[in-house]
Amino acid sequence: MDFNDTPQEAEYRAKVRAWLEENAAEYRQPAAESWKLPEFIARSKAWQAKKHAAGYTGITWPRQFGGQGLSPMHSIIYGQEESRFHVPQGLYSIGLGMCIPTVFTHGQPEVIQRYVPKALLGEEVWCQLFSEPAAGSDLAGIRTKAVKDGDEWVIDGQKVWTSFAHASDYGIVVTRTDPSKPKHKGLTMFIVNMKAPGVTVKGIKQMSGGSDFNEVFFDGVRVHDSHRLGEVGDGWKVALTTLMHERLAVGGKPRYAPGYETLMKLAKGVEAPDGTPAIGASDVRQKIAQTYINDQGIKLTQMRALSALSKGQVPGPEQSISKVVVAKTMQDLASFALDLSGGDGFVAGADADPELAKLQGSYIGAAGLRIAGGTDEILRNIIAERVLGLPGDMRPDKDTPFNQSVPA
Amino acid sequence: MNFDFSDEAKELGEQARRLLAEKAGTGPARKAMDAGAPAMDAALWKEIGELGWTAARVPEEYGGLGLSVEEVAQLADAAGGTLAHIPLVSTLLATEALVLAGTAEQKAKWLPGIASGETIACVAWNEPGAVNPATVKTVAKGGALTGVKQPVADLTQAHVAIVAAAGGDGPQLYIVDLKDAETAAVETLDLVRRHGKMVLNNTPAEALGGPGDYQDWLDRAAVILAYEAIGTAAAAMAMTVDYAKTRAAFGQKIGRYQGVKHKCADMYIKLELARAHALHGLAMIGMNGPELRQAAAAARVASLDALAYCAEENVQLHGGIGFTWESDCQFYYRRNRTLVAALGPRGWWADRLVRALELRNRAAA
Repeated sequence: MDFNDTPQEAEYRAKVRAWLEENAAEYRQPAAESWKLPEFIARSKAWQAKKHAAGYTGITWPRQFGGQGLSPMHSIIYGQEESRFHVPQGLYSIGLGMCIPTVFTHGQPEVIQRYVPKALLGEEVWCQLFSEPAAGSDLAGIRTKAVKDGDEWVIDGQKVWTSFAHASDYGIVVTRTDPSKPKHKGLTMFIVNMKAPGVTVKGIKQMSGGSDFNEVFFDGVRVHDSHRLGEVGDGWKVALTTLMHERLAVGGKPRYAPGYETLMKLAKGVEAPDGTPAIGASDVRQKIAQTYINDQGIKLTQMRALSALSKGQVPGPEQSISKVVVAKTMQDLASFALDLSGGDGFVAGADADPELAKLQGSYIGAAGLRIAGGTDEILRNIIAERVLGLPGDMRPDKDTPFNQSVPA
Repeated sequence: MNFDFSDEAKELGEQARRLLAEKAGTGPARKAMDAGAPAMDAALWKEIGELGWTAARVPEEYGGLGLSVEEVAQLADAAGGTLAHIPLVSTLLATEALVLAGTAEQKAKWLPGIASGETIACVAWNEPGAVNPATVKTVAKGGALTGVKQPVADLTQAHVAIVAAAGGDGPQLYIVDLKDAETAAVETLDLVRRHGKMVLNNTPAEALGGPGDYQDWLDRAAVILAYEAIGTAAAAMAMTVDYAKTRAAFGQKIGRYQGVKHKCADMYIKLELARAHALHGLAMIGMNGPELRQAAAAARVASLDALAYCAEENVQLHGGIGFTWESDCQFYYRRNRTLVAALGPRGWWADRLVRALELRNRAAA
């Protein structure tokens, strides 16, 4: 075993590294202050255009859609190298990671021609409009409806938890087009213009105080039939394409989240109940070990997948454990470290110790991470059903026409 | 990057799993239990000796195949998964010590017999009052050991024991020819694998390397035993999942209930974390890498966590039938205790992991 690149990988890495050294110099250090939205968008667009010109966008996409037609390893190597810089990140991850692959898999040729190049170039930003107030984990329970009117569809309803809706030009929206069919059967997916009349975006203030997500209201929004993705009634199948990409995207420990190293440092500076440094206390050491095992275990699991990709093989199902482990470990670690810090761990804002403030952010953020992109519970269902082959949950409404199913 | 078993190691693992699925498993384990834990399945031991499993790690100059520790890990995994009633893992652990720290004479004396399967070897660190591998009290003095070693897996059928004892510079390994030692069977919670007691009374012993080699051997042993634990845990998980797919309650298969399926998912999660760390340990052994100590300790802790969880919840999810003597659940439940006793408890290894991280941080500072 070894952790080295193959000669081809090393060559690509060297090329990427040289390009980044030359072109990402201004992002060598983290920004002194976090960017306000307009600056973030402007910087994101400029960086995306630069990458695009150099051939570092759509690395794994087929060439016919403007991609580079390279392997997942190339994309991973680019990502590893880019992560050494503090370039603007996130504006395109949903659009290019999930929406556009859905568009070029299920869209009509002229639609692909119109939207894919501009998305890849970064000119147009995309969002994904799936979740609704009454349809989160049970995504197929959505109620936003689309009704055919000549060559167009008219959309009415509400979406929620839409990242970057406020910065988006377009979105993919899953709607109910036939409520007389069972819930998974009457859905259809469309491309929607986020600036069209009848679309209203409202920010959601999260319990963290931040606003990363939105509610989106549709009030008689008109979409041409050419903007349908897949057949009428095939929306669930199309949505699965998108979600497959999401589960791959929401993975390892977020960069900002403290890990076992933070706890090791912290425990040297605080006292255990007997007055000695907490780093010597058995419960603290056990917690450090457990955090290492979980976080490092996920990193190593990802390396197993990379190793498979590097050999041109399909990675095993073990990647599916990633988010469910990472999110809970992040919460447990932050909670334990704040416990250890007593009142200091509770004082926030300008009076807080900066390291403890990070742990506080991690503690609050982890509560969201355990839900986003598949809750702990849904992810356990997926492992049990798809990996271990256990039967699906009891779903009493599965075969009932949607408009006849009775909420419990 | 190549972070996976070699094709050759995987192939040997497949061969081992195929043979042991047929010749070992819970059926033969039950027969052994009913017969009061006889020494071992002698026919199976002979067969695997002929197949070269005990020769895998022995260098070619001593009659072995000179394979890597990856092959050893595959064999330990296969033996763990089938509860194979042979002293295979004990012999592999002792072999690792001899290969790591033995002099040419020591290797020439013991390894050819091990390779052919004629010599059975075991490892003995446990003793009354010792709570972890650092606290052995058996004393080495003037080429002889004095103390009591128990419980020692596979001792009563072994010909040679690798014994941990307190030397002048701290605990280290010694070789004891069991012709010279008094041994007896000891009853343990494991009703299949026979354990023994060895009374050393100024018994002749040869030093096997020094205190540093003992620590290095502990790392390698932790990784090999992690694979035995992973194999056993995976078998317990498979037994649970099979049952959850067939047993019905309240009008449906119990595997449909989240209370059941989420425990199965947690078994899988713990197992995959253990596999990741164990593979890291193997990689570090193969590369002679600096992260072996932390990787080995993490593999040990993660594999014990996986085994404890799978073995315990296997009984739980079987319900009443799982608690009966007739159910096979008890084999895994009891074997969990065996594998903890085999190299010391989770807590000590978790602490060893943190000590390794502290050392690494100090070195980096």
